[in-house]
Amino acid sequence: MSTSTEKEMWVTKLRKGWQKNLPVEKLLPDTQPAYVASWIYLFGVATLASLGLIIATGLWLSFEGASWYHGSNVGHFVNSLHFWSVQFFFVFMVVHLWGKFWMAAWRGRRMLTWITGALAFVGSIATAFTGYLVQSNFDSQWISYEAKDGFNSVGIGSRFTVTNFGQMLLLHVAFLPVIIGIITLIHVLLVRAKGVVPPIDAFNKELGERK
Amino acid sequence: MGIFDHFMNLRAVYIHLGWFQISITNLIVVLGMLVLFGLALFLPFPGNKKKGQK
Amino acid sequence: MSDRRAELESAPWGGRTRRYDLIKEGVVAVVIVAIVVAALSTLFGSPDEKQVTFKEWATAAPADFYATSVQELAGSSGTGGYGAPYNKASDGVNLGPLYLAKLLGVTHPVDTVNDFVITPLTTVSNAAPVADALKTWQASDAKTQSTWATNYDNALTKVNQDQAKVPAGNYGPVPELAAGLLTMAQAGSLDGALLSQGNYFQTDNTKQTLFLGDGSYFNDKSTASNLQGSTWGMMNETGRYPGQAWLWLYSFWYQIPPFNNGDSHPFGANADAWIMVIMGALSLGLIIMPLIPIVNKLPYKIKIHRLVWKNYYQEENL
Repeated sequence: MSTSTEKEMWVTKLRKGWQKNLPVEKLLPDTQPAYVASWIYLFGVATLASLGLIIATGLWLSFEGASWYHGSNVGHFVNSLHFWSVQFFFVFMVVHLWGKFWMAAWRGRRMLTWITGALAFVGSIATAFTGYLVQSNFDSQWISYEAKDGFNSVGIGSRFTVTNFGQMLLLHVAFLPVIIGIITLIHVLLVRAKGVVPPIDAFNKELGERK
Repeated sequence: MGIFDHFMNLRAVYIHLGWFQISITNLIVVLGMLVLFGLALFLPFPGNKKKGQK
Repeated sequence: MSDRRAELESAPWGGRTRRYDLIKEGVVAVVIVAIVVAALSTLFGSPDEKQVTFKEWATAAPADFYATSVQELAGSSGTGGYGAPYNKASDGVNLGPLYLAKLLGVTHPVDTVNDFVITPLTTVSNAAPVADALKTWQASDAKTQSTWATNYDNALTKVNQDQAKVPAGNYGPVPELAAGLLTMAQAGSLDGALLSQGNYFQTDNTKQTLFLGDGSYFNDKSTASNLQGSTWGMMNETGRYPGQAWLWLYSFWYQIPPFNNGDSHPFGANADAWIMVIMGALSLGLIIMPLIPIVNKLPYKIKIHRLVWKNYYQEENL
């Protein structure tokens, strides 16, 4: 093990940093501050639950292939589960975002938590969009035809070709969910590491401010 | 196939106010979000079991 | 915000706590959401309006398909004059002096004459007039081909796409080629030929989609379903299903001046590019919202947070 004269190994630094910032008691606590008592706190976990269902139903759809759901009743039902999970995912995420905004939840060095949350929102819009492009029905024909102009107009279309079904399908099932998964994981770990933001006026006494 | 599949695939109804336009379904989704947000703020949260640690 | 405040707000909570089972909360959330989602799926299913095929188009609107084929040969279609990333026919849209698409070049070449008409026609055995027309076309130089196609395209436009009323003229083999493509499309063999372009594996539908969009049939169908960008179509879905409501802000800009007028310069004509820039900036704004003055003070001024923490504020007499 490291002595005072020895330079710390990277692995040691990682372990110590992890233990300091996110010990397992912080990761899986059995109490929360008394102010965590509102229905608004449930929208984060509801968003995660929807994401879990999206991934599960999405995996089911990918095992059966991209055109399965057009011809099979089970396939159509699984597609419906995927579709409604996405609708709820966005509903819950937006309410979560409103809640966190009005709580100014970025206070107390939680800026990165806000940033990862906002990135997850923007990234989810992109991911959902590619999903709409690979439905292989009239809707996806039309969306790809219309959206190409937006992406072409700023040069993104030179590499990101919305009319290319193969490219959109691969991005939708491989690349984008991984990105969303990683951002979400960081977001959740940051929430656990930093704890739930205290009320805006919680420290007025300590700071000698009157309300 | 959904039970109301036929109904869901009829032509959508739109609310039209000048340049503003929204389908009834999207309006329900948006209002639903606002209602959820309102309920989350106003409904009392159950089970205030305190574990006094000051 | 003082450093002292940030320090207090970031320190581990030292006040009262309550029992809270995160795992139970998560499991219950998954179960409830799954039940609701399964119920809605059972009741309403999901949108799946059948895709448009070239066979459908050529059968339902043969005159439109025929005229579009002629436009593809003449290079006068939307795709023919698009510019980058498909061809060099125009400069494309711009952000002031910036022509980003043009700058990045033709990365996805589409040659409407050969990709849409000639190559597909060569993949099937054609009736004698069409086979002869193909030979004549292929034996002529580009200038002659273009003259024939443009003459016929103009003549057809003048008589409102009514093929029977086109007066005699110097059209070369163009009418026979268009008729041959129409026959091929009606038989259902154009769909595959456009996609494969003589190959086996193919997953890029760009050429089909561009050709489809050049005609009126596809556009009219989308108008009927309220999917056009000028009528908030980006948010909408086929049937009565909810759409991508989260795109409301993106869709919004297309409804207001100057972006709703495609003829107004510089913004209306380049709406796609400007709205992309606006939305990029707004997305960045959302990501760094805590740093934006005034906006980051709103939660302190409009005290919705008092509703979230109403119990705590009561108990602590805040």
